[in-house]
Amino acid sequence: MPIYLIRLAQVHESFRKVELQALADLAGVSLQFIKYDDNSPYCIVNLPSDSAARKVITRSILAQGIYELWGEGSTYDTLHDSIHDLSASKWSKYQTASFRFTVEGYQGGKSAADQRTIIDSFSYIALKGQPRMRDPDVAFRVFEAYDLNVSEPKYFYFGRFIAESCRNEAKKTYDLKKRHYISTTSMDAELTLLTANIAHVAPGKLFYDPFMGTGGFPIACAHFGAVVFGSDIDGRTIRGLGGSARRGQTGKMDVVGNFKQYSLESSYLGSFVSDLTNTPLRILPIDEDYTKGYLDGIVCDPPYGIREGLKVLGSRQQLLDTERQSHQDQYMLPGYIPPKKPYSFTALLDDILAFAVATLVADGRLSMWMPTANDEDIELIIPNHPCLELESVCVQAFNKWSRRLLTYRRLRESEVPEGALEAVKRDYEQGTRASDLNDFRRKYFQGFKEFESMKKEFIRMKAGPPRELDAEVPKR
Amino acid sequence: MKLLTLNFLTCAIKTCKTNPASFPLHPRDAELEIQEADLNLTFLKNILPRLMWEELRVISSELGLPELPATPPAPADLVEPSNTPLDTAEVTLAEGGAEAQEVEETPSQTAKDLHRILLETCIQEGKLVCGSCGHEYAVKEGVANFLLPGHLV
Repeated sequence: MPIYLIRLAQVHESFRKVELQALADLAGVSLQFIKYDDNSPYCIVNLPSDSAARKVITRSILAQGIYELWGEGSTYDTLHDSIHDLSASKWSKYQTASFRFTVEGYQGGKSAADQRTIIDSFSYIALKGQPRMRDPDVAFRVFEAYDLNVSEPKYFYFGRFIAESCRNEAKKTYDLKKRHYISTTSMDAELTLLTANIAHVAPGKLFYDPFMGTGGFPIACAHFGAVVFGSDIDGRTIRGLGGSARRGQTGKMDVVGNFKQYSLESSYLGSFVSDLTNTPLRILPIDEDYTKGYLDGIVCDPPYGIREGLKVLGSRQQLLDTERQSHQDQYMLPGYIPPKKPYSFTALLDDILAFAVATLVADGRLSMWMPTANDEDIELIIPNHPCLELESVCVQAFNKWSRRLLTYRRLRESEVPEGALEAVKRDYEQGTRASDLNDFRRKYFQGFKEFESMKKEFIRMKAGPPRELDAEVPKR
Repeated sequence: MKLLTLNFLTCAIKTCKTNPASFPLHPRDAELEIQEADLNLTFLKNILPRLMWEELRVISSELGLPELPATPPAPADLVEPSNTPLDTAEVTLAEGGAEAQEVEETPSQTAKDLHRILLETCIQEGKLVCGSCGHEYAVKEGVANFLLPGHLV
């Protein structure tokens, strides 16, 4: 099988292989990793053909482009030798084609004059066509990998350009800064698009987001061709009556407006106000004949209970009969707001899994984000369900906490082990206050307290002793 | 909300879920609006086997829309029969040869009608009523509200 070099972006490292694998699965091509390192933007893979390579990469968010590998080495001499060995048979094919030849450095670079010398050293390939920077018939690139702050490169690759990814364009188009309507917890466009790729979004599929907010995930899914709908417990974010998170922005901002901005209205089914624990969607038991799954995928970023409150329908305390009566009497009135109560985060995660099992088609995917504190020594708990298989875990690390993208595949009925559905009843944290119910939230705010006191200490140190230090300086 | 969503929605009250009468929800006093959308043949083909056809017919007749046929169309009915399928399918064995050339398909009238009902007809205002408990869910500005009042959770 031909060997290809994928030039990756050096961000979200733990997502990169997962994304490429998901895109290969989606395109139905086999992909084998030959060389991959989290610290390197160069990844060597096996793919069946140029067209397969193009299919995989054109949709990628974390790759920049893909090249047919023509040679590699740790010095220019070994690189040239390797090019002779690997690709001499291919040279004649491009003899008369117009071409572009560039040199790219990672963590370093060469001056234009040096680049020219390098390019001239490849004269043995004997390209006789016209050099053309714009739209050439064929493009070649020399890759130089440097160690940080070292002037000479440590490794070289040489490749023939096959295809560019949609990374730059998609990031620019969906940039939150230019989005019509966002909220305080809108997820960065790059990550929403990435999530859509990992969740196997594809043209003609149906995707749903139960915590849509201003619609970031549905928009990303619609960009890749899926038909989408969503819901949120807060109707104001959907209808756009809660105001915009953007300073100084007034007027009617709503989710539909976002879809219109990107000309994706045709793919937007609409949204409704609902709570996942009391969902109006069809979720009858699986053995009931008419409830085969109907969603191809679910993508979501559930509320963690920190910036977005984690609440579900219900009352903190059991309602008295008189209170019940008053709800019953008044719920039809226009200003009525249904009571909500804080909810256990782990219970919510399990609810999402159960919901996914009831609504996904076989092989459908659930991709959800979940936060964890970084200091936990214990094995991180990943929620599971007998009808779901964990496909991948990607981590985005922050200072004291990180969030992970968990992706599950809905097993086919034949794959589900016998008797596995005897649901394991779990005990969740009991309590009525948000912090009693959410371990992560509690840690987050304790951590925050620690951080605050550290900051104060730091300021005190800076303000206190400098006089003495100053006095000492002239003596040295 | 586009009519297709009604094919997935039941009553939000847990005790109603097991009662077949809770699906579909019945539109009442509905103001409909047609919102033009691009026809998505791939999607129609994908969603067709998942449609609850009988329930869709019920909703459609309750809304006073043209009557739907008694049986759902077959996937092949969505595509206009092509006279010269082999001309366009003359696959040039490109690199790898694995490239299955996509034949341009023309949506049939059946597909267009289905698209009109499912993906262009929207409920803007009105109510959705559960056939089991009679609870009414309001639709405002095209967004339905399924939050349950305190006494029903």
